[in-house]
Amino acid sequence: MTNVLEFWRRFRSNRGAVVGFGVLLLIIMAAVIGPFVYPVDPFEMVGRPNQLPSSRFLLGTDVSGRDILAGLLHGARVSLAIGLTASVAAMVIGLVVGGIAGYYGGWLDVALMRSVDFFLTIPSFVLAVVIVAIFQPPIVTIIAAIAIVSWPSVARLARAEFATQKVRDYVEACRAMGMKNREIMLRQILPNALPPIVVVSSLMVATAILTEAGLSFLGLGDPNIISWGYMIGVGRTVLRSAWWVSAIPGVTILITVLAVNLVGEGLNEALNPRMRQR
Amino acid sequence: MAWFLLVRLLQTIPVILAIASLNFLLLHMAPGDAADIIVGTSGHGSAEAAEELRRSYGLDKPLFQQFFVYIGHLLRFDLGVSIIQGRPVAELIAERIGATLILMLSSITIAVVVGVPLGIFASLRYRTVTDTVLTVLALVVYATPQFWLGLMLIVFFSITLGILPSGGMRSIGVELDGLRSVIDVAKHLILPALTLGLFYVAVYTRLMRASMLDVMTLDYITTARAKGASELRAAFVHAARNALLPVVTVIGVQVGHLLGGSILVETVFGWPGLGRLVLDALLQRDLNLLLGILFVSSIVVVATNLLVDVIYGFLDPRLVQE
Repeated sequence: MTNVLEFWRRFRSNRGAVVGFGVLLLIIMAAVIGPFVYPVDPFEMVGRPNQLPSSRFLLGTDVSGRDILAGLLHGARVSLAIGLTASVAAMVIGLVVGGIAGYYGGWLDVALMRSVDFFLTIPSFVLAVVIVAIFQPPIVTIIAAIAIVSWPSVARLARAEFATQKVRDYVEACRAMGMKNREIMLRQILPNALPPIVVVSSLMVATAILTEAGLSFLGLGDPNIISWGYMIGVGRTVLRSAWWVSAIPGVTILITVLAVNLVGEGLNEALNPRMRQR
Repeated sequence: MAWFLLVRLLQTIPVILAIASLNFLLLHMAPGDAADIIVGTSGHGSAEAAEELRRSYGLDKPLFQQFFVYIGHLLRFDLGVSIIQGRPVAELIAERIGATLILMLSSITIAVVVGVPLGIFASLRYRTVTDTVLTVLALVVYATPQFWLGLMLIVFFSITLGILPSGGMRSIGVELDGLRSVIDVAKHLILPALTLGLFYVAVYTRLMRASMLDVMTLDYITTARAKGASELRAAFVHAARNALLPVVTVIGVQVGHLLGGSILVETVFGWPGLGRLVLDALLQRDLNLLLGILFVSSIVVVATNLLVDVIYGFLDPRLVQE
């Protein structure tokens, strides 16, 4: 409990992080309860196309007369869900690969880290585009594609953490007690190695949201769900006459990603006080 | 230096082989017949030509042999045929890659020319209002989707102000000669380069600031100050050169990211590079062209990293010694 309080005290001392956290909470709430409070189908034509924001349509309508606010609320679910799941998936893959490489060392380490270097070399967005194009764009493919291009940075960090922890005395003691390797890695080292990895993963949520937006802007999104990137792409066709149709979802992405980054920075300061940046 | 170069050159071989293997893997995971994809017919087109290519790629042989034949073709940049006009993928890419490289190079130039001095400036104003404003601006830029920024710049500069073209690489319907043609291309380049470059301006500002703050505490800077160098001279003449090292490294690391960004930015501005080609490939469901672009862009990243290492070797000769 004192740990949690201490964490919160440190997190709170970063003003940007608190603001980001507040904004993020609002966005999460909008995503969860928004579609119930404002029950408009984002795919349904509800009025004249390309209307400016008004009292009837708070954020206006798009090219096909669809309600932009409804689109934003439903899109928030997609962006957050994809951002979170892709990051968690990337974190797990990165932890397994990096953890094994760092803990066991030797040729396994060399082989795994070479593959990490290799994945860092390939232009990640191009790879994501190819993966989604090959496996078609249901939401699972998009999440998998983003996870596949994101895990290497986690793996690098996890390897470094596991490699430094494994030579510590407490790990030696566990070994002397006859603890199995898997147990040492999961129960002993993992909790110590986790804080910096959580920070990197939280920042990855922001990248994942941006990647998803880019993919659906290119028309690689799931056609059955509305997403912010798709909305920008739709608005693009009427950029000359109705710029706000693409401006509004873009601002939403910007605010969300900014909030996630601020929270990530706050986590960094609260969890890794020694690595505190200037 | 020659030895260092040779070692680095040899190190790229397994990486290139791995990239080719990934291409092979993706090709065979794709739905449909690998031969159809490589030949670019997807069912239609001349049956004899398809059969001919099938044989030349060894697609009638077992998977294990196909792998080696395929990699052999890739290493000779023989990337098969694209659905688009039935032309070789390598030819299409060769036509477009120049435009992408111009765009990437201009963006990096903007990023370094603006970002590095801004970073030095921010470090000199450490913990003042200026510093804070620059930090906040950088955070906002980090969070901006690049393709969206491009659209908004078009709204402002092309539609509202009408001072810059909104897309393409050249004005259509006018014959321009020599210098005028260069100026014309440059005008078309401004918005896409700015869109792509702004993110990296933020990256280099932050990086240069942090790097300068580190270097300015070193002994040799104290010595320079003690010998009467002004703060500006200590920063720009003495510290900046060493502080630049991490910036150079990051250019290498960011090339892949830059390529991905340029794909999105090119589709926004109709810039006739690889990004536009990706969009065409997606519309035509041309997997072979996509795989070709993935292969070539990965090679571009490997080559740039090699180049960055060489530059690094010149900037910091200690590295070559190791």
